[in-house]
Amino acid sequence: MFFLNALPGAIAEGLIWGLMAIGVYISYKILDIADLTVDGSICTGMCVCAVLIKSGVPAWISVLAAFLAGAAAGVVTGLLHTALGIPSILAGILSQLMLYSVNLAILGGKSLVSFVGGQHSLMLSMSDNISSIIVAGIIIAAIIIVLWLFFYTEVGLTLKSTGDNPDMSRTQGIDVKFNKVLGLAISNGIVAFAGALLAQYKGSANINDGRGAIVIGLAAIFIGLSVSMKIKPNFVVSLIGVIGGGIVYYIIYNFVILLGLKTDYLKMLSAIIVAIFLAVPYIKGEYFKKQKPIKIKPVSSAEINAGGDANA
Amino acid sequence: MLKITDLQKTFNPGTVNAKTALCGLDLTLEDGDFVTVIGGNGAGKSTMLNAIAGVWKPDYGTIEIDGIDVTNMPEHKRAKFLGRVFQDPMKGTSPDMEIDENLSIAARRGTKRKLVWGIKKNERDQYRELLATLELGLENRLSAKVGLLSGGQRQAVTLLMATLRRPKLLLLDEHTAALDPKTAAKVLEITDKLVTENKLTTLMITHNMHDAIAYGNRLIMMHEGRIVVDVSGEEKKKLTIAQLLGLFEKASGSEFANDKVMLSK
Repeated sequence: MFFLNALPGAIAEGLIWGLMAIGVYISYKILDIADLTVDGSICTGMCVCAVLIKSGVPAWISVLAAFLAGAAAGVVTGLLHTALGIPSILAGILSQLMLYSVNLAILGGKSLVSFVGGQHSLMLSMSDNISSIIVAGIIIAAIIIVLWLFFYTEVGLTLKSTGDNPDMSRTQGIDVKFNKVLGLAISNGIVAFAGALLAQYKGSANINDGRGAIVIGLAAIFIGLSVSMKIKPNFVVSLIGVIGGGIVYYIIYNFVILLGLKTDYLKMLSAIIVAIFLAVPYIKGEYFKKQKPIKIKPVSSAEINAGGDANA
Repeated sequence: MLKITDLQKTFNPGTVNAKTALCGLDLTLEDGDFVTVIGGNGAGKSTMLNAIAGVWKPDYGTIEIDGIDVTNMPEHKRAKFLGRVFQDPMKGTSPDMEIDENLSIAARRGTKRKLVWGIKKNERDQYRELLATLELGLENRLSAKVGLLSGGQRQAVTLLMATLRRPKLLLLDEHTAALDPKTAAKVLEITDKLVTENKLTTLMITHNMHDAIAYGNRLIMMHEGRIVVDVSGEEKKKLTIAQLLGLFEKASGSEFANDKVMLSK
């Protein structure tokens, strides 16, 4: 019963984290870059949105501003990687660290900015889970449609090939460096956008929010793709799967809390979920691979004898 | 068409692993030349092709394509002049994308890519016709992921991609070496057809002396970063493998010792 009460909240928050996971999907799955910027850029999105809303800016403008701030963070990571030759994983870590200072500055030096109980009109909020689910659902549907259209344009296809085969991309005249920067900007823009929705949902932005977001994003991707790849391995189904993965993740999360696990251990739980999803295919192949013979029709001794006669 | 002047390249300079791959290479190609390139391991054949393609900048010398100095042009900008097929069949295509998507990317090489539909409807019909000419049954698998194809099929698709937009120069880097003999022969046959039909200027590296003599109108042999043998026209048509080995020994002062070349007929 308690669990059912917690379900709408889990779905609403799961949708928002699912949207963030779509941002991670673009860097991790399409560009083939494990981009650690997201731990910082989701918090940037939350901070920008919280500060703007608190100062009276309409919620939808705050959310767009958060998108741009996230995209800028992605550009920084992209340039560190492509223009300065820093390995992508390190470029992400550097950006993430820079963003901690940036986020503090956005919050005006405070570690928490709260706008709960104020007279702000928000797009979604914890106090009304059902309408939050509807609003988040519509926004996500719109973003999936835009991404779906984008990735079938001339530019979008080159973004896919950049991650899939950079050698082939250069051979076909594609500016791989530019594409990586562009992809990271889109990815982190979406992550910060999700952060802005999350800040509204929670009614606050905390400097420590978003730590471990990359792991939650990956968990949502693995959970989602494990199902969607079995249904139809195309782009839109994958994105919907990732959203579903976010929801499933938050339902598990809430369920575990209800079972009485201390919230202190939840980051450990997230990491274990991702480790399991990454390890299972490897373990299956490495330790449990069974030898399977191809079925060959047995040859009877009579046939062998007949063959022998023919030769004789 | 192509003019390479005094091209030099040393890998890992200043270290014990320093290797001079090109030392003062000069080469001029005429329009429509189909040149086969042979030479032992480390002779600088692939290095020459990579220099033309712009994988890295040479230490010295210039490369001109159709009168345009491309020596310092980045690889992706230079790509508009070039069609390339690599030895590794995995390298030339995007495995997670569909056959038609791969072709459509190649069809836009050298153009400014815009936010418009990546594949137009009439393009698919054109691709189907082109794929049918390969006679590999790919014309009915337009939306199959390229990663599902065999090495030979991928190499054939890569050849189409390299020639879909007529390149000023086609670079083939031992593109049949990783294939089984039957598939290699088929891919070579497709290559010859595409090159002669479109009158493409082509540089083809091969380890197979027989192929090097049979195809193209000119043959060059490289040794230690230079061209040591250069035959064309009637002289090339009459060439035998024994004569070729003789030419090599005379030019380089050493025996052509390379199992891969010696064993292939």
